Amino acid sequence: MSISIPRRRLVSGLASSAGVMLAGCGGSGPPTYGNILRMGDLVTYKAHRLLMPAHSLVREYDRSDISSSPAIGNTNPGDANQPFFDPQHGETYARLQREGFADWRLAVEGSVTRPGSFSLDDLKRMPSRTQITQHRCEEGWSAIAEWTGVPLRTVLEAVGVRPEAQFVQLQSFDFFGGSVDMWDATHPQTILAYGMNGRDIPTGHGAPVRLRVETQLGYRSLKFVRRIVVTNEFQDDGTIAAGWSWYAGI
Amino acid sequence: MANGIAASSEASGSVPPASAPESTLRHPVWVRFSHWVGALSFVALAISGFMILMVHPRLYWGDVGNDLTPALIELPISNNHRPEAWEQTVVFSEFDGDPVSANRTYPIFNLNGFARSLHFLGAWLLVATGLIYLAAGIFTGHVRRRVLPRSRDLAPRSLLRDIGSHLRLQLDKDGGTSPYGPLQRVAYALVLFVLVPFMVLTGLAMSPAVTAAYPFLQEIFGGHQSARTLHFFGFSALTLFLLVHLVMVVLTGFGRQMRGMIMGK
Repeated sequence: MSISIPRRRLVSGLASSAGVMLAGCGGSGPPTYGNILRMGDLVTYKAHRLLMPAHSLVREYDRSDISSSPAIGNTNPGDANQPFFDPQHGETYARLQREGFADWRLAVEGSVTRPGSFSLDDLKRMPSRTQITQHRCEEGWSAIAEWTGVPLRTVLEAVGVRPEAQFVQLQSFDFFGGSVDMWDATHPQTILAYGMNGRDIPTGHGAPVRLRVETQLGYRSLKFVRRIVVTNEFQDDGTIAAGWSWYAGI
Repeated sequence: MANGIAASSEASGSVPPASAPESTLRHPVWVRFSHWVGALSFVALAISGFMILMVHPRLYWGDVGNDLTPALIELPISNNHRPEAWEQTVVFSEFDGDPVSANRTYPIFNLNGFARSLHFLGAWLLVATGLIYLAAGIFTGHVRRRVLPRSRDLAPRSLLRDIGSHLRLQLDKDGGTSPYGPLQRVAYALVLFVLVPFMVLTGLAMSPAVTAAYPFLQEIFGGHQSARTLHFFGFSALTLFLLVHLVMVVLTGFGRQMRGMIMGK
């Protein structure tokens, strides 16, 4: 596999995070954190990365376990009345949706050797993975669904991630965004899903393509994915500025 | 109940001053430190935990539970559950029970960005303090001699006598064998060695990353939602303990008890 988890950097990052916490500011280390609550989040993130084995698989269920699934937040980025509506990309989304996402393209760029653009058919031609997993929402509820898609790792290998890359940022057709570190980005169950329960993903659940990060809470599994940027440095995707923990593994 | 003041000779590990005059009994500094830091983290955990519960005040059993499935318990602490206001979009009729997808059409109360982070900050503080307390408590013998109930504390006669003196509010007329009475030892041991670890484990059982690495955590509690429900029951038990604890502090002399836990005497 061409992507490695920078464990050494991770461990030295943990050692330096004590200094970061004392200084009370983020600096260049991932992720950038400000106040005391965010420092607690940082401790949780570093502890998870240091203490737990990489790429343990979450439990996968049987088809008989599939449950009803709430769709929350933005349930249609083409609808100007929805939360996080983005006028620029919202109208594009509405047009793409009318055309069955035939013209939808996923740009994958940033710290990669072969920036690329993938259609829905391109993604469906890549090796797929189907998993029946539990969606855990930060609100407290959970649901089980079957997700089909291409492992994010496969897409990243197709574009050739540079060795210094540390984060994968995803942008959507609304104002919601999200990034994951290479650890979660290369997890075997982290997929760009285009199917839910054997069908195309319903709009409310993130059509045409959403991320599934099974090792984090639901808000990291970005819906309506538009663009992927691989970065060397942590950038707040808006989560932290909005008062939420960037890392949602707990 | 006993007078609630531990022994001054604790830290040095000398003979328990069972007959020492009350004025020389005192809480060692590490007990006072861990008590107040623990109390602070408990308050942070309780308030933030309640705020988190308000976001989804429904409890379930098993792995799955959401607004589209039946609840075990619905708590009347917020208006976030409105089954009539969900817009059903898909029926997955090829699966057992015809599961559906539905869109939420209303905004909800949700301060979890703040509350969840405060909760985990409080949890780290409690775990760190708890480990310090445990290490010092075992090393000095405090836990064994002062906290864990002895077999004579658990004898029915002893427990009944202590229950009786509590019911008569004769709280300072303990047999004088120990700073902590039988019921007090049982309560403290349950909180420190059963309830707090139970809260940590049921809490971790809700984490997707932790249960990926350690799936037994999710299994021993019967699933993600069962763990959440048990976490709530644990919170209820700890809150009940806190109320009784505060009542006992007042009934046995608020000023004296506060001095004891702050100044050590």
